[in-house]
Amino acid sequence: MTYRARHLLGIEPLHPVEITTLLDLADTYVDLNRQAVKHSDVLAGLTQINMFFEASTRTQASFELAGKRLGADVMNMAMQASSIKKGETLIDTALTLNAMHPDLLVVRHPNSGAVDLLAQKVNCAVLNAGDGRHEHPTQALLDALTIRRAKGRLHRLNVAICGDIAHSRVARSNILLLGKMENRVRLIGPPTLMPSEVRELGVEVFEDMREGLTGCDVVMMLRLQKERMDGGFIPSEREYYHRYGLDPEKLAYAKDDAIVMHPGPMNRGVEIDGILADDINRSVIQEQVEMGVAVRMAAMDLLARNLRAAATDGAA
Amino acid sequence: MTLLFTDIRLIDPEAEDGQPPIGWLRVENGVIAATGTGPAPTPPGGATRIDGAGACLAPGIVDLGVKVGEPGERHKESFKTAGRAAAAGGVTTMVTRPDSLTPIDNPETLEFVTRRGQETAPVRIAAMATLTRARAGREMTEIGFLKDAGAVAFSDGDHVLTDHRVLVRCLTYARSLGALVIGHPQDPGLSSGACITSGKFATLRGLPGVPPMAERIGLERDLALVELTGARYHADQVTTAAALPALRRAKATGLDVTAGISIHHLTLNTLDIGDYRTFFKVKPPLRHEEDRLAMVEALREGLIDIVCSMHTPQDEESKRLPFEEAAAGAVGLETLLPAALRLFHSGDLSLQALFRAMALNPARRLGLPGGTLAPGAPADLVLFDPDAPFVLDRFKLHSKSKNTPFDGARLQGRVRGTWVGGARVFG
Repeated sequence: MTYRARHLLGIEPLHPVEITTLLDLADTYVDLNRQAVKHSDVLAGLTQINMFFEASTRTQASFELAGKRLGADVMNMAMQASSIKKGETLIDTALTLNAMHPDLLVVRHPNSGAVDLLAQKVNCAVLNAGDGRHEHPTQALLDALTIRRAKGRLHRLNVAICGDIAHSRVARSNILLLGKMENRVRLIGPPTLMPSEVRELGVEVFEDMREGLTGCDVVMMLRLQKERMDGGFIPSEREYYHRYGLDPEKLAYAKDDAIVMHPGPMNRGVEIDGILADDINRSVIQEQVEMGVAVRMAAMDLLARNLRAAATDGAA
Repeated sequence: MTLLFTDIRLIDPEAEDGQPPIGWLRVENGVIAATGTGPAPTPPGGATRIDGAGACLAPGIVDLGVKVGEPGERHKESFKTAGRAAAAGGVTTMVTRPDSLTPIDNPETLEFVTRRGQETAPVRIAAMATLTRARAGREMTEIGFLKDAGAVAFSDGDHVLTDHRVLVRCLTYARSLGALVIGHPQDPGLSSGACITSGKFATLRGLPGVPPMAERIGLERDLALVELTGARYHADQVTTAAALPALRRAKATGLDVTAGISIHHLTLNTLDIGDYRTFFKVKPPLRHEEDRLAMVEALREGLIDIVCSMHTPQDEESKRLPFEEAAAGAVGLETLLPAALRLFHSGDLSLQALFRAMALNPARRLGLPGGTLAPGAPADLVLFDPDAPFVLDRFKLHSKSKNTPFDGARLQGRVRGTWVGGARVFG
């Protein structure tokens, strides 16, 4: 086994071999999830707490299901409703939870770096389920698994990431992961939604979508947050769709077998054409959701193994 | 009473740069009486001798822009603790900022601050007052009364005055009284919500960034209005290369303008933030290395006049937060000198140049008597060994707040003694 880390906080510290290890294990969990009895007990006896300081349905459900299928005791805490309102600090919340002896802590937080901060204060394994605009590692891993299964490889592909790159943790984690696996990454979007000096991360930047999509193997669309639409970053929803919405006409510039991805939830008619999103020949959006559960099972399985190894080392 | 320093290296900010001469300095009744090179002549009537053993003797630091928690936030820093920290750091005059929780915007509060400082701090206090009431940017304070009550400069701290008409009136009124106005050059729109300098590192960390251009816009605006009004103006912190041409132009056209910088912007860069280390969150944010180098060069050529600590105490609770939410600021009274000596040891600046920026220039700009070794000046002195190495332990700082970015840093430069008006306050 070649994944030794205690936490999964981001793609940045991962080695390509660790990424491959995670994806290989996730492949086995895809098989398990397709059987009639979808159960394993590799996390039996362990406690998993999902702490979401930011509203989430899909990611939280995916982590919850992943934990339950592996036999963990799973608890969900909707943090935006409880202690934050009472003025409790993030660190106090972390220490309180730590005293309950969880083994796996899944955390989403609206501030970049907040999950790192929390991980420094607890004894259990921490999985970053998205922190601010920083990272969303399991999303990048599930995207990688989807690409690898659809394309048969995860290297030397042309991948376009389109839309609101500036505010997207999904984009950051994907840029890092796809770069580590030696793919060519292109970013497409209006310059107001492009982070500063992003070219220094080793990507190509396009403002024209047709030019950017030309010859791509993978087209990854990002969600455009409603609050960024009206005049702040882009003039209007309809102008955005006209210039950067993915429709069959623009997709025709990509390779004939290019796949279409979206981390969800989609704004149909804003960043992606509704019919295209449902086209089973091009869109792998449903597969992404399926891979999400498998990747999270793999990540938690590996972290739990490392926890046990650490406990054994400690005892010895 | 007479005090005689012997076997010292004299760091005279008014002297030529270079190897400081070994010599002596005599203090009589709290005032520098004479200095000279070579062995000291025996004074008539005897004296208390202090053998420097080759250490450096320089004018005490005049730190322009110290925040003390009083009134309002004494749990972060009091005049007593700030004063002790200052004495330990070779700072003999704290020029205090008016941006306390209760702002120093009226003569009565100013008098309280001055009295508290005199009663409890072992070093001198020179207080600033706000330019507008409650730092709200709408009505000017009683600049005349405040100046009479001892305010050395007028500043709204990091609250940028956005109404140009109000600022023009403030500058015009201040000019008629010869009062110094201190601005914080920053465009509040561009920097709104930002906690880091934009660029590759900000993008990787996913933190909202401000482009260096925001500082240039702020400075250009302020300088244009200074040109209009003829006011005396000091920019508290100029930290980016993009802002330097405007400063150079203003000085060349003869405007009464000076600029400062914090020691943090001269010795640290944005990458030091690392994994969201909040002790490195300051205002304006730490810059890129190219900017830091440009500022060191600007300091060397005298374009930047003043180096200060921007001492901003913050308690643990306001720093133990996600980076975006954590409070900005770092303590610096005790680390200003050793951090500045990094620039000496790196060969960038002479000791004379450092003390011009930390003592002579701020004293002159504010019309204070210190900052010099010239006979007749108050005997505000610091004796230090510029080479003595140490590893900084933040819990050993005298400040109540321990938020220093130099925790665990290897530094050189130990203060052996600090004197204010000839009285020893440290060492």
